[in-house]
Amino acid sequence: MLTLAHFLTLGALLFCLSVTGIFLNRKNVIILLMCIELMLLAVNMNFVAFSRFLGNLDGQVFVFFILTVAAAEAAIGLAILVVLFRNRQTINVTELDDLKG
Amino acid sequence: MNSANMLLAAPEFWVLTMACVILVADLFLVEERRGIIHMLAVITLIFAAIITLRGDYTSDGARSALAFNGSFIRDPMGDVLKLFSYFVLAIVYVYSKFCLRQFRMFRSDFYTLSLFALLGVMLLISANSLVMIYLGLELISLSSYALVAFDRDSRKGSEAAMKYFVLGSMASGMLLYGMSMIYGATGSVDLYQIAEAVRLTGSDDTMLIFGLVFLVVGLAFKLGVVPFHMWIPDVYQGAPVATTLFISSVPKMAAFAMAIRLLQTGLGDLHTDWSQMLSILAVLSIILGNLAAIAQTNIKRMLAYSTISHMGFVLMGLLPGTATGFGAGMFYVIVYSLMSAAGFGMVILLSARGVEAEKLDDFKGLNQRNSWYAAIMAMVMFSMAGVPVFVGFFAKWLVIKAALDAGLIWLAVIAVIFSVVGAFYYIRVVKLMYFDEPVTESPIEAPVDFRAAISLNGVMMLGLGIFSSSLIAICMASFGA
Repeated sequence: MLTLAHFLTLGALLFCLSVTGIFLNRKNVIILLMCIELMLLAVNMNFVAFSRFLGNLDGQVFVFFILTVAAAEAAIGLAILVVLFRNRQTINVTELDDLKG
Repeated sequence: MNSANMLLAAPEFWVLTMACVILVADLFLVEERRGIIHMLAVITLIFAAIITLRGDYTSDGARSALAFNGSFIRDPMGDVLKLFSYFVLAIVYVYSKFCLRQFRMFRSDFYTLSLFALLGVMLLISANSLVMIYLGLELISLSSYALVAFDRDSRKGSEAAMKYFVLGSMASGMLLYGMSMIYGATGSVDLYQIAEAVRLTGSDDTMLIFGLVFLVVGLAFKLGVVPFHMWIPDVYQGAPVATTLFISSVPKMAAFAMAIRLLQTGLGDLHTDWSQMLSILAVLSIILGNLAAIAQTNIKRMLAYSTISHMGFVLMGLLPGTATGFGAGMFYVIVYSLMSAAGFGMVILLSARGVEAEKLDDFKGLNQRNSWYAAIMAMVMFSMAGVPVFVGFFAKWLVIKAALDAGLIWLAVIAVIFSVVGAFYYIRVVKLMYFDEPVTESPIEAPVDFRAAISLNGVMMLGLGIFSSSLIAICMASFGA
């Protein structure tokens, strides 16, 4: 029998994976975008699990909003990625170092 | 849902409509007549202010009114912050019109994006449920990411936009994770019901504290306080100065409102927990912001670090959890927005023909080139440093007093010491303007509306300082103090 704790653990694992991905990734900006999506999905997992086990629909409605915003966010992220590539001919994370100090 | 309820959100509806109108109107305008877009945007703000002022929701003696099933709230704090958002954004428009024209970037996208961001600011200020807070926040963030990448051919701009996007989205993710925990612990997304549930379960629920930690992390990212400040200097430096001007002023008021809604309205009973976290963030921001600003030679970066320290002061106002503290924080954030607008306005003024005056050296000898502009910049710098008589002093004084009243003496001492440290780099700008020889003799030209706006904005530093009591009273009254 699956309990709430199982779902929360899954959500936490996905969340940790995405945060680690953002901090450890030194190669590719696209992987960062994927990690961000994963992070939002981990949150969705939490919301749906809570919603199911609390018998309260608010959480599932919230998930719809998060999914919609995530789609808009991905669109803007990719648009910025295109601009970035056009200006610098690279999407390597370590080469994004013009700004510091 | 009756129509009287919907009317509470009339300013939001108006701004949304006008943002869409401007989006479409641009399609029918030839390039020479783009000025109409600017006029439309300013008119939008003026009417938004009138609609906000005329909104009457206190007829039955209530201090606030709810709409949309309790997810939207109209209260005095929200109204005051919204009015100042319109005002600051109007100033931002005047400055950025001049700036965008000089950089040949005068496109209506700037106006549509910033109006949508303003809509986000308004929704966030009036949010009373976790969903509304998230949506308002994302509306601001998504518009800001696009605004940072506004100069499409700039290497720095696109790098800054990418950094802002990744860190901002991660912050939203953290905030959401916290929200999911809070939802799980309380079974509701409505802030009033959350407060009710917290009161019943008490403050020793692990899931609640866990959620609170993530919430504070997300909030700290958005406010830009240490140790979640990494994006601020890069974004301020990399973005076109018109965008920096915008993101450094208006959204800060929304971030403050978000902190009040989440921490006070929703989780007021967890005050002891969040005030501890905020005090660490506030101290680190005040220390690191002021120290790092000294080392900067780029004025946009210097103002970015100064923002970090100012946000530390705003948090200091929130810490005590008292009405006077919140009022002091609100006064601080309003004053900060005005100061920041004036500071970046001066950077725009000195930027000639497509070259941003982002070096501190560009301010050398400004007094010899134009003594009135030098006086304005001096007033802004004195105000930011917290020199008495100027409005920044009263802002600092009020938050420090709130901290003292709450018995946080160590915090007040640190704040005072690092205000003095901070005064060094503000007054260094004044020294450069008055005692150094100018690098260039080229005259400073600006259109008349720009000169009027920057003069008004600069004089406000002194005027609001001398007549600070009325604005302070308004801020305090918003929290019933």
